[in-house]
Amino acid sequence: MKIKLFSYNVIDTPIHRLSGLTKLACFLLLTFAVMFSYDIRFILFVMLFSFIILKVSKIKFSQIKLMIIYVLIFLITNAILTFLFEPEYGVSIYGTRHEVLRIFGRYNLTQEQLLYQTTKVLKYASVIPLGIIFLLTTNPSEFAASLNGVGIPYKVAYAVSLTLRYFPDIQRDYQNISQAQQARGLEMSKKAKFGSRFKNALLIIIPLIFSTLDRIESISNAMDLRGFGKLKKRTWYSKKKIETGDYVAIGLSVLIFAMSILISIFINGSRFFNPFI
Amino acid sequence: MKKYFEVSTKTIVAIGLGAAIFMLLFMFVKVPSPVPETSFQTAYGLSALFATLFGPIAGGLIAFIGHALSDAIQYGSPWWSWVIASGVAGFIFGFAYKNTKVDEGEFKGKDILRFNIIQVIGNVIAWLIVAPLLDIIIYAEPVNLVFTQGAIAALMNSISAGVIGTLLLLAYAATRTKKGSLTKK
Repeated sequence: MKIKLFSYNVIDTPIHRLSGLTKLACFLLLTFAVMFSYDIRFILFVMLFSFIILKVSKIKFSQIKLMIIYVLIFLITNAILTFLFEPEYGVSIYGTRHEVLRIFGRYNLTQEQLLYQTTKVLKYASVIPLGIIFLLTTNPSEFAASLNGVGIPYKVAYAVSLTLRYFPDIQRDYQNISQAQQARGLEMSKKAKFGSRFKNALLIIIPLIFSTLDRIESISNAMDLRGFGKLKKRTWYSKKKIETGDYVAIGLSVLIFAMSILISIFINGSRFFNPFI
Repeated sequence: MKKYFEVSTKTIVAIGLGAAIFMLLFMFVKVPSPVPETSFQTAYGLSALFATLFGPIAGGLIAFIGHALSDAIQYGSPWWSWVIASGVAGFIFGFAYKNTKVDEGEFKGKDILRFNIIQVIGNVIAWLIVAPLLDIIIYAEPVNLVFTQGAIAALMNSISAGVIGTLLLLAYAATRTKKGSLTKK
């Protein structure tokens, strides 16, 4: 239950020195580049690139162990489900059929399916380090400023920063309420019957929500008193200046993004790289 | 008069704090269901409540922000197609804002029915149409798989938003002073 939100620590690396706005823009550009392309060569390149950046930003393995476990479980389930539901999906994408292994019925392993599924796993695996880098090297208080910087209305950006600010408070409230209810004999584990699990979850959620509704009232009054939302624009205390490093980073990301699109249009003719024809 | 798309300071704060609770519920308060590897997300009951109290914009953004941040924390990167679908569901729940009288302490028969119809429509559009289509467009996932997952999600989330949302709204209505509850002696 103890997940530390954005376990950001202050180290001086080239990645930490970039402004939050740059990192958000680069993160979005690179993820969209990888999401768009199904070319395994390009994806391997981005993966290598993101692991180098991960190294440069000095993120320790212990910081990201839990995430990696979750991601592995997700990737394995997704791979198995994909094969169970559509064992011939690769064949329909690439238009050819090279059988490797006969299993039974319609479940035969083909080279096309292998390529499709490997590409997919690598695709997800190469996006994850990018997200981790962005989350762990960006100061949470700079996050709202960067959102506003990429064109999201400042009111929405402010809502996100409120979420980040109040999540730890709400987590603490939740733990207090849950322990108090368990001390009174509330069963939350699988021992309880299915119907009563619903009810027991509610007995924790209701006090949490009602105390939050009160809190919303007082916070919004405080913000109104300070004149929040009167003007069209807003400045941010924690906004960083754009420097040379930022231009380099954005330039690189735009280049990779353009590569993804250009490779798809001019070299492969579609989103998929097809070595079978 | 209530307006659907009015954004006041209170809406902003409700989005911020609502998304924080959504995140928490989404990660920790899942009720394990009889079907393996799936669970009832109590978070959708919460987004239904906040959408009914604060309107479609609040509902949509609470689910979008909450889902995106909890994905980012757990997996390092949001699964955009489902995050967007969550937002769409929350947005549609918000049409219960003007159609129910929870604020006046009334949430009975007809209101409950109206809320649940809106809630089911929202879930069906989000999980049977938006999520699978985006999965296919963005991630090129197999068609069969995404529609099966979508159907399960639509069913589960409708039950969760229906049961938990209704109960939360009943509890909320009970705390409000009823309109015209004072009589002259």
